[in-house]
Amino acid sequence: MILVTIGMQLPFPRLLTAMDGIAARTKEPVLAQTGPQRQGYKFMETLETIPPSEYEGTFERSRVVVGHAGIGTILTAKKIGKPLIIFPRRHSNGEHRNDHQVATAQHFEALPGIHIAWDEDDLEKLVHCPSLEGATASLNPSYATLLHRIESFIDSGGR
Amino acid sequence: MTDTKAAPQASGEASSGRQTKKVLAIASAGGHWQQLMMLRPAFAHHDIHFATTLPGLAEEFGAEPATLIPDCNRNRKLEAATTAFAIVRLVRRVRPAIVISTGALPGVMALAAGRFWGARTIWVDSVANAKEMSMSGKQARRVADLWLTQWEDVAELSDAEFAGAVL
Repeated sequence: MILVTIGMQLPFPRLLTAMDGIAARTKEPVLAQTGPQRQGYKFMETLETIPPSEYEGTFERSRVVVGHAGIGTILTAKKIGKPLIIFPRRHSNGEHRNDHQVATAQHFEALPGIHIAWDEDDLEKLVHCPSLEGATASLNPSYATLLHRIESFIDSGGR
Repeated sequence: MTDTKAAPQASGEASSGRQTKKVLAIASAGGHWQQLMMLRPAFAHHDIHFATTLPGLAEEFGAEPATLIPDCNRNRKLEAATTAFAIVRLVRRVRPAIVISTGALPGVMALAAGRFWGARTIWVDSVANAKEMSMSGKQARRVADLWLTQWEDVAELSDAEFAGAVL
C-alpha cells in the first residue's frame, strides 16, 4: 500500500490529483489522508483524517509514504523506518503561506530514506522505485545539546 | 482576570535531588506536537501537564495528564478567543512554574498567560522554519524567557538562541 498524507492544516489538491493519477496506473492500493476536501478522487481510497490511535499502524502497513514536507511526517517516517517521498508545498501555487516547505525539503534531502519529488515526474518515478531506502532513527548530533539547554534552564529556575 | 498573581507551584524533590517543578508542555497537533514529544527527556523528571489540540493524541503518546485545547489560527478571531479562554483557565488551574511550547498560536497564548502568572517560559521554534522565525515564534518573542530557534542561520538573523535541533 502507498500512504499519502498532507497534514491537517491546509488542502493540497496538486499532490492528491497526482497520486490519484498514479493510482489509476498501478495495481498497488493507495490510501490518502485528504483533509475536508475528499471528493473527486476516483482511484485511491480517501480518509479525511487518520485518528492518532491508527496513524502509526497505518504508516507501518504501507510500503512507502508520500507526504507534504511536514515535520510530523518526517519524524514519523524516521520513527517507523519507512521510505518517505516528500512533495513540498509551493507558495507560488498558494499551497502554503511561504516557501518553507521547499527549504525543509532541501535541508532534509540528505537524510537517509527521505526522497524529494520536485515535480510530478519525480513523484511517479520514486513511487515505482522497487528498492527505496527506508528512513532511519538517526538523530541530529545537536539534539543532545538542545535537551541539555532546556533541562538546565528549567532546573536553574529559568536562567 | 481579577486574581492577584499567584506564586507558581514549586515543590517536592526529585530522586536526583533537583527540585521538581510544575511544567506545562503545550503544542498543536502534528509536527509541533511531535517535536514537543522529542523534547520530553529535558523535563521528564518534573511534574508535567500536557496540552494539545487533537482528541486522543496525548493518550497515544502516553503524555498524561493532558488537557484538550480547541485549535485556532490567527485568521479566525472567535476561535482564537475561545482558545485563549481555555488556555487562561488551564494556566490558572495548573499554575505552572515553567511553560514550554513548540508552537503554534495556542502555545504563544500559553506562554503569555503563564508568564503573566509568574512562570518562566520556553519557546522552541519549529524546525520547519529554516529561514526565519515562524509567525507564532515572532509573536512569542515578548513572552519567552528562553527563545530558541533550531537553525543557526536564523539565530544569526534574529535575537533567538540556537542550542541544537531535533532533526
